[in-house]
Amino acid sequence: MNGVHDMGGMHGMGPIQHEKNEPVFHAAWEGRVYAINRAIGAWGKWNLDASRHEIERLPPADYLRMSYYEKWLAGRTELLVKHGLVTREEIESGKPAAGSAKATPALTLAGVTAALARGNYRRVDPKAKARFKAGQHVRALNLNPAGHTRLPRYARGKQGVIARHHGIFVFPDTNAHFLGEQPRHLYSVHFAARELWGATASPRDSVFIDMWESYLERL
Amino acid sequence: MQGHAHGQEHGHDHDHQVVPSDPALRTKALESLLVEKGLVDPKALDALVDAYENKIGPRNGARIVARAWVDPAYKKRLLADGGAAIAEMGYEGAQGEHMVVVENTPKVHNLVVCTLCSCYPWPVLGLPPVWYKSAPYRSRAVMEPRGVLREFGVEVSEDTEVRVWDSTAEIRYLVLPERPAGTEKLSEEELAALITRDSMIGVDKLTPGAKP
Repeated sequence: MNGVHDMGGMHGMGPIQHEKNEPVFHAAWEGRVYAINRAIGAWGKWNLDASRHEIERLPPADYLRMSYYEKWLAGRTELLVKHGLVTREEIESGKPAAGSAKATPALTLAGVTAALARGNYRRVDPKAKARFKAGQHVRALNLNPAGHTRLPRYARGKQGVIARHHGIFVFPDTNAHFLGEQPRHLYSVHFAARELWGATASPRDSVFIDMWESYLERL
Repeated sequence: MQGHAHGQEHGHDHDHQVVPSDPALRTKALESLLVEKGLVDPKALDALVDAYENKIGPRNGARIVARAWVDPAYKKRLLADGGAAIAEMGYEGAQGEHMVVVENTPKVHNLVVCTLCSCYPWPVLGLPPVWYKSAPYRSRAVMEPRGVLREFGVEVSEDTEVRVWDSTAEIRYLVLPERPAGTEKLSEEELAALITRDSMIGVDKLTPGAKP
């Protein structure tokens, strides 16, 4: 979706505010939101792409106003309700519905160490033949899907060169909408800064963007 | 309940949250609901917070970089297959499953961003700083990397190539910074102490006297 989350190349966002000796969490609630996310994710009701998309779907003014963990809190609360782990009424009252059964947590203290060491591997067994190889010239398609995509706006329609083949990966554009993992080849594509931003960009600079095969056409 | 629970939060100047107590109260209410419903274990939450506050952070990445500086065979493995070489050092887990390490040299300066959200290599750098997740960095790093670097106090000469890595998929990038001159006699541990988080994102250049 062409949302405000797709920020590459926007103007007017101001200077970068670097904080010296920044704490991991600025307040206790931020750490709790982070941890709740990991613990509720363990129920396996949604996936990483769906949780990213839920945040993208926040109203644009809220997206820009909210801090990172406020966005997580809002997005994960929506997912909990959408996937039936809690009801809207329970969120509002703060109490479980009368007579509701008590579950056993999907992630308990005993499971945390293993959960931290375990990744969510998204590269799948490569069987399909890759269409592109390193050095080939490609163009990013001008796609404007209303749903989730990882093709940033600033690269659409631009020409680049395949820099490396990463393997076959789960496709976020379908996975975020529970339409299946539909894995496909993923490449690092090298775009000259001048192709992306015009003649004022440095001729030496470039951006590498990871792109799935279906985002690309051969030149 | 108009909140004034801002007491512990003084002293940082970024626009962090508009109504400080509101998300704190909502988070507390959500956690207690989830605990009452048996959906989360509060002790598991404590352990997760502790892990990212105390164990999983940029010191992990610094150990990898220091190893690469002193051990050419390790550096070769790290650049060829970042994930395997990082796993050798014991760092694995969420948001570090598919690692690529890019090397800074006098000719090439690498910079990492995620323009679409805030993707970041958690097992080696921990959770991202606020600026990395902010609109200014995400909007500008791809379009004017040299201006961004200048704001961080890093000058890159005109004949150096700047490569920006936009983390649009599940590949996570770690910058292998240049080893500062004059550090030939330092041990691996002393070298690790010089390496800053920002240098591994690509927004800092290390100098021998630098402190993380």
